[in-house]
Amino acid sequence: MIAFPQPLTSVAAPLNPGALMDNVDTDAIIPSREMRSTGRTGLAEGLFAPWRYTNVDARTLDPDFALNQPKFARAQILVAGANFGCGSSREHAVWALAEFGVRAVLAESFAPIFHDNCIRNFLLPITLPRPVLERLAGERLMIDLAEQTVSAGGESHAFAIDREAKQMLAQGLDAIDFTLDQSDAIKDWIKSDRTERPWIYLEAQA
Amino acid sequence: MSRTLFDKIWDSHVVVNAGGGGTALIAIDRVFLHERTGAAALSRMAEMGRVVLDPARVFAVMDHIVDTRIGRKDGTLMQGGEGFITETRTACKTAGITLFDVNDRDQGIVHVISPEQGIVLPGSTLVAPDSHTCTQGAFGALAWGIGSSEAEHAMVTGTLRIARPKVMRVQFDGALSPHVTAKDMALTLIARHGAGGGAGHVVEFAGEAVRALDMEGRMTLCNMATEFSAMTGLIAPDAKAFDYLAGRPYAPAHFDDLYWDGLISDDDAQFDREITIDASTIAPMVSWGTSPAHTIPIDAAVPSGPQRAHDYIGLSPGTPIAGTPLNAAFIGSCTNARLSDLRRAAGILKGRRIAPSIETALAVPGSMAVKREAEAEGLDAIFEASGFEWRMSGCSLCFYAGGEGFPEGARVISSTNRNFEGRQGPGIRTHIASPETVAASAISGMIADPREFA
Ligand code: SF4
Repeated sequence: MIAFPQPLTSVAAPLNPGALMDNVDTDAIIPSREMRSTGRTGLAEGLFAPWRYTNVDARTLDPDFALNQPKFARAQILVAGANFGCGSSREHAVWALAEFGVRAVLAESFAPIFHDNCIRNFLLPITLPRPVLERLAGERLMIDLAEQTVSAGGESHAFAIDREAKQMLAQGLDAIDFTLDQSDAIKDWIKSDRTERPWIYLEAQA
Repeated sequence: MSRTLFDKIWDSHVVVNAGGGGTALIAIDRVFLHERTGAAALSRMAEMGRVVLDPARVFAVMDHIVDTRIGRKDGTLMQGGEGFITETRTACKTAGITLFDVNDRDQGIVHVISPEQGIVLPGSTLVAPDSHTCTQGAFGALAWGIGSSEAEHAMVTGTLRIARPKVMRVQFDGALSPHVTAKDMALTLIARHGAGGGAGHVVEFAGEAVRALDMEGRMTLCNMATEFSAMTGLIAPDAKAFDYLAGRPYAPAHFDDLYWDGLISDDDAQFDREITIDASTIAPMVSWGTSPAHTIPIDAAVPSGPQRAHDYIGLSPGTPIAGTPLNAAFIGSCTNARLSDLRRAAGILKGRRIAPSIETALAVPGSMAVKREAEAEGLDAIFEASGFEWRMSGCSLCFYAGGEGFPEGARVISSTNRNFEGRQGPGIRTHIASPETVAASAISGMIADPREFA
């Protein structure tokens, strides 16, 4: 697995020049029609398709879209406003961002499913106050996961992250393997729950 | 210590408390997949050589990209879509998962058929890789949407590792006015408190107006908790919930056990946040922009919002929303395509024709069971006589998968839950509202107040 780079240094691309964009939804990040297989790859080209291309079918780039500008073309950090990643639960949104090369998203707040999908894919969601984000947009940033700071020029800002999520990201741990180590506790729990809530446990279908 | 309903469900599902970090290992009672995002979880599971812990508690359905035209087969109008269907079918068989297949008599939209089958139960935890899983919280379950990786985690381990959310109570006091519905309650909450208003919280819906809703209305209300950015919504189960579920295929025959009575928030339980709304102040609502928060009472004018939203939707501030000309109408989705929704829409459509400007008008039942019940009452004939096309069940044009779409550039009145840019197709402008508002507007050929058709 790909642990989070320590530290991560990159320019931070604002999705929208001027004002931070609120409510960026997963349909915009990866439209359903760009999800062409049951796998998790081949998605980077469809990333932000409605905004990135003036003609989606011909893949004609819109020169005004931030990620099409030379300065931000290789950005590993995105900056947006409130409620980033709202809408559909599709993890394809995170897979597309990751495949494109994005390793961190800075926003005022995140939709919960998108936030957790980021953690499971070693992409760091960082919540910061809006005035700070407005200053950081377009700048070259250094993200230090161990110290939980984002810094640019002279300023440094602390961010919060759940302890376990931090460990998963820093070490590139697979959550399923991690949990499978606790299989005994799970089996014990189910055994006692079976007597308390027998209706939960259904007969296997023939 | 007194606890909220959420606290009780959470506490009773903690397998391991991670200690101090805030993350717990929570037991998951039910997993429900669909072909669009579930296929990715199933294929990854197979690739990793992992197996489902208890296949009897995992379900799947084909709903998102299935053809909804009468007489459908596996073929879907979405280019390359058939692979999702055939791969999901094979993977479900291999994994031993119960599948509601394309032409199964119990097929339907995941959040409609889960309660119909008695799969979601009060006090249980249920997850699905679909954001509207919160719909099922109407039965007093902790039901929420997750990603495909988490779905795989839940299937393989029977658990999820999650951080404990905060709890908010949204109380609707008083009574709704006539022709105002659960959809209008949800839209009012989001319009007044923002599309991010529920962030970090589980929302318990309570109060007189919530108790007064039937189970279908409660599902509509909980359905939009995700549009409020909440982890999920839930409602304490009462006799209506137990009566709905008793005896359904996967549910207990009765709910007499004392356990069920305990599924309420204690009187003095503390919530992290409380919002109170007077239900009598709610009007039929309709969205004007590109976020569910961009919603106004139907007799109001478009307010001033983000320029981008005005540009996309083509309406400037100050324009009355009623009277906006339309090209299409859609009644469907896990929000508003259950029997009572179809009945109320048909009540308005009966004896009337949709306006000539409406090029596409679709009525898509939430499940095949809903379709059969509606047909038994003759609702299909009313929809068809009015000019609506009557379909098989599925998500249909609630979202755009490619293939089938609305006419280019269409402005649609829709009983769905999302009015995002491009949600129903590139350039399509969506106005979300209740089924009766959709019906009234389809007849008028422009956004119209359902109270004028009652
Ligand atoms: S009906 Fe629409 S919102 Fe509901 S599950 Fe299907 S696509 Fe999602």
